[in-house]
Amino acid sequence: MRHLVAVAVLAVAATGIARAEDVGQVKVAKGMVQVERAGKRVPATVGMPIQQSDVVITGADGSAGITFSDNSLLSTGPNSVLVVDRYSFDTTTHDGHFDASLKKGTLAVVSGKMVKQTPGSMRVRTPSAIMGVRGTEFVVQVDEPTKK
Amino acid sequence: MGAVIVALVGALMVFLHASPLGDELVVVMPSADGHIGKVVVERGDQRAVLDGPYAASRIVAGGAPVAERLPESEVRAEFAAVLQALPDRPKTFLVYFQEGTDELTPESRVEFEKILADLRQRAAPDVVVIGHTDRVGNLQYNDKLSLQRAERVRAELVKLGIPEGRIEVAGRGEREPLVATDDEVAEPRNRRVEINVR
Repeated sequence: MRHLVAVAVLAVAATGIARAEDVGQVKVAKGMVQVERAGKRVPATVGMPIQQSDVVITGADGSAGITFSDNSLLSTGPNSVLVVDRYSFDTTTHDGHFDASLKKGTLAVVSGKMVKQTPGSMRVRTPSAIMGVRGTEFVVQVDEPTKK
Repeated sequence: MGAVIVALVGALMVFLHASPLGDELVVVMPSADGHIGKVVVERGDQRAVLDGPYAASRIVAGGAPVAERLPESEVRAEFAAVLQALPDRPKTFLVYFQEGTDELTPESRVEFEKILADLRQRAAPDVVVIGHTDRVGNLQYNDKLSLQRAERVRAELVKLGIPEGRIEVAGRGEREPLVATDDEVAEPRNRRVEINVR
């Protein structure tokens, strides 16, 4: 039941007016894609808003693309876990911070207005490293540890 | 005997170090306009700057990052699914208006059809429409006219099926001319609406 309520809330949010806490929007959702927010997982749909702290999870046949309010683009390929750790963007000054983590899988990044304004304002973390983004496009792959 | 112990301890350290982390790879791509970006990869106090096309940094099982340059075909193949999933690039279009009206110029009417075709194929587009005028007429008149022009464009986008809530509209009057002119000068390039889509 609580799960149903969460689905309903997200469904309403997806069709409604963009709200302040919405920092991006799902533009591409193929195969199995879920968004985890406040501990609840719901299937991702095109048009669904993305907020800070959301986790995007894709299955073996899944991929997802998200456009953020500063025009940065992120996508994840199959078997991926991507976390939007922190996002802020001032539409007047173009100042902001964007931290995302790729726990596993693949990620493609096209940086947006905040990196153009302040190189390095976007960072991508992997289990081993931190990438400071000076612009503009790059890809990241994180394999799962091999069992030894 | 001592050598065996050192070797065993060494092997154990490698094993402990390696086990929780998988291999990682970062590759810088040329952007759509051919511009090459830059990514700084930091691992502890090690720092590598990637700033050439297909410049890559590979970290094997939590070890030190190793710089390499990969062939484009290999990168495109390895990352095919994730690159395919990137959303359409945000774009800005300009359309121009006839003097003192919210009617598009004949040229912009043709251009506008192409813009609608671009918007039609985008998934869940977000649009910001900003109207502008030249400096003929007073500030209040131009504020109103610029908003009228933006509203006119919005009406067309709503007809196309874009939900009204996903279209933001603003009128900037004569405050942001593309071409600086004296007051009361007619300038066709300033009678415009900017359509930002993402």
